[in-house]
Amino acid sequence: MTTPQPVLSVEGIHSFYGRIEALKGISLHVDEGEIVTLIGANGAGKSTTINTISGLVTPKMGSVKLFGETISGLRVNIVASKGVVQVPEGRRIFSRMTVLENLEMGAYLRKDKAEFAGDIKRVFELFPRLAERRSQKGGTLSGGEQQMLAMGRALMAKPRLLMLDEPSMGLAPVVVDLIFETIERLNSEGMTILLIEQNAAKALTVANRGYVLEVGKVVLEGSGRELLTNERVRKAYLGEE
Amino acid sequence: MEWATISRRATQGVGGIFANKRVLHAGLAVLIILIPLIFQAATGLGFLVRILVIVGIWILLALGLNIVVGYAGLLDLGYVAFYAMGAYAGVLLGQATADVLGGATYYVMLIPGAVAGAVTGLVLGFPVLRLRGDYLAIVTLGFGEIVRISLSNNILGLTNGAAGLPRGVEVMAAPFGMRWLQANVRFDTPLGDFVFSPNLYWYFVVLALIVISVVVINRLDDSRLGRAWAAMRENEVAAAACGVNIRTQKLWAFSIGALSGGVAGVTFANVQQFVSPESFIFMESVFVVCIVVLGGMGSIPGVIVGALVIRGIPDLIQGLAVAGVVKLSGTTLSSITNYRFLVFGLLMVIMMAFRPEGMIPSKRRARELHPDDDVLLVDGSQALEEVDDAGRTSDHGS
Repeated sequence: MTTPQPVLSVEGIHSFYGRIEALKGISLHVDEGEIVTLIGANGAGKSTTINTISGLVTPKMGSVKLFGETISGLRVNIVASKGVVQVPEGRRIFSRMTVLENLEMGAYLRKDKAEFAGDIKRVFELFPRLAERRSQKGGTLSGGEQQMLAMGRALMAKPRLLMLDEPSMGLAPVVVDLIFETIERLNSEGMTILLIEQNAAKALTVANRGYVLEVGKVVLEGSGRELLTNERVRKAYLGEE
Repeated sequence: MEWATISRRATQGVGGIFANKRVLHAGLAVLIILIPLIFQAATGLGFLVRILVIVGIWILLALGLNIVVGYAGLLDLGYVAFYAMGAYAGVLLGQATADVLGGATYYVMLIPGAVAGAVTGLVLGFPVLRLRGDYLAIVTLGFGEIVRISLSNNILGLTNGAAGLPRGVEVMAAPFGMRWLQANVRFDTPLGDFVFSPNLYWYFVVLALIVISVVVINRLDDSRLGRAWAAMRENEVAAAACGVNIRTQKLWAFSIGALSGGVAGVTFANVQQFVSPESFIFMESVFVVCIVVLGGMGSIPGVIVGALVIRGIPDLIQGLAVAGVVKLSGTTLSSITNYRFLVFGLLMVIMMAFRPEGMIPSKRRARELHPDDDVLLVDGSQALEEVDDAGRTSDHGS
């Protein structure tokens, strides 16, 4: 058998917040070049899943593997150094640093300083807005610009797996469209992406595959198209009768 | 682009006055060297040199705390613990080795003093890694008290309790050259007799230590470590996501800051020729925090000016009165000492209300605390578009 090794494979993870079991045995995988999305209601465990992958939460059981190497139990900065880069929920940019300084923090772990200028140019090309605001401090940016900055900062780390946690949260529809366009563009250039979204319709449209989470378990999985037409998904997440 | 390039850009604006700045710096350097010499020579003003030495030691302390509070953003209310550990380590080991080391004792003792400070910093650092803000402040406050009370209680029979060290008639070894300078460098000047006093000697030692600290701290601020601290201060989760090892960076901040406190401690003990727990009370920690906050967190010139004002002015008034330069009655003098705290309290309130970034703010802090100035640079429409969305408030969470 010559199945290509998945970029990420999550096997039966159980994560707890104190005594509350937030994840009850989640398994999923992300293959090279895919966009995989996790959808589900608030409290379904989407963010906990991503936080467990990135090392913010340590699973009690199960494992997380990156290209076959176990990364569960490692600290956040170590996981980041292996190329799993998270754009956290609520963006969390460095609001008192300039746009440029934020982007430079994204490249904190990188040794290849020679490529800095090129990479920053690349981010500015992706988000021209950031180029205009390069010496403005992060906190003065609009919500959409902050999301762009958070994504740009993550890209500066040259991720092997980019994880986006609710990138469309609280943004104007026009900005949401732009963010999703960018996600598709990055993917078409070869970026592997794990996307968490409440906006299920949007997420399933851009995703190759998706998982539906309910109270800490995967209840459905399939291609984006399949899930979009699935009756249960349509009723629960797409607001259709 | 490297950070150096960015900071260079940031300073390009002042390029025009650079030449003047150089003159200013040279002038300052000359003053720093001449002033104590003049004080020493002028009849009756010798005590001012002593005040400058003490202020210098406080500058060292504040520079150290500035790393923890100003750069890493960790509020430490027990900083005096490191100062105490340095002082006691220096004196105890110094007493044990003075016969061998002689005039080198003080200089050699800077090493165990710095190590004692740094190790104490790590001892405090490990348990408080998960704490932030007010919780951290309370734990550090308690830690400072633990150290002081342990010293008072003659812990391990080493510290001689409240009576302090050295015990009885023992004296601490004078450093290299101090006696010789005192005996041989003396001449008449139009101002009075000049003697190269021990105070003058300490002035230059402390000055050298300050210069070294400033150079090192400047380098640190521009380094990877400095950037990691800045990121951590703003948002720990985001910093960790960028690959910053929060635990290691906090421990570095604690231990480097504490190391500097230890060096100040050894120096203080040698200048005073004596240490006792009385010198390491909680108010001393508060004073160092005040210096850093009033001077300007994260700003080296701010911290230096802060120490001059907060430590220098009260000592100056008292010194002038004691020396009879200014005629003050005993009651006036004691009320100056007593009202000192009232004045500082008021000063703090006024500063925090009107100039929270301190007297001489760091460029970054000024930006942080006066966001309005920045908003003006934005082309209006876009900036206000999504002001109320979650992103604005979320970075205060966690």
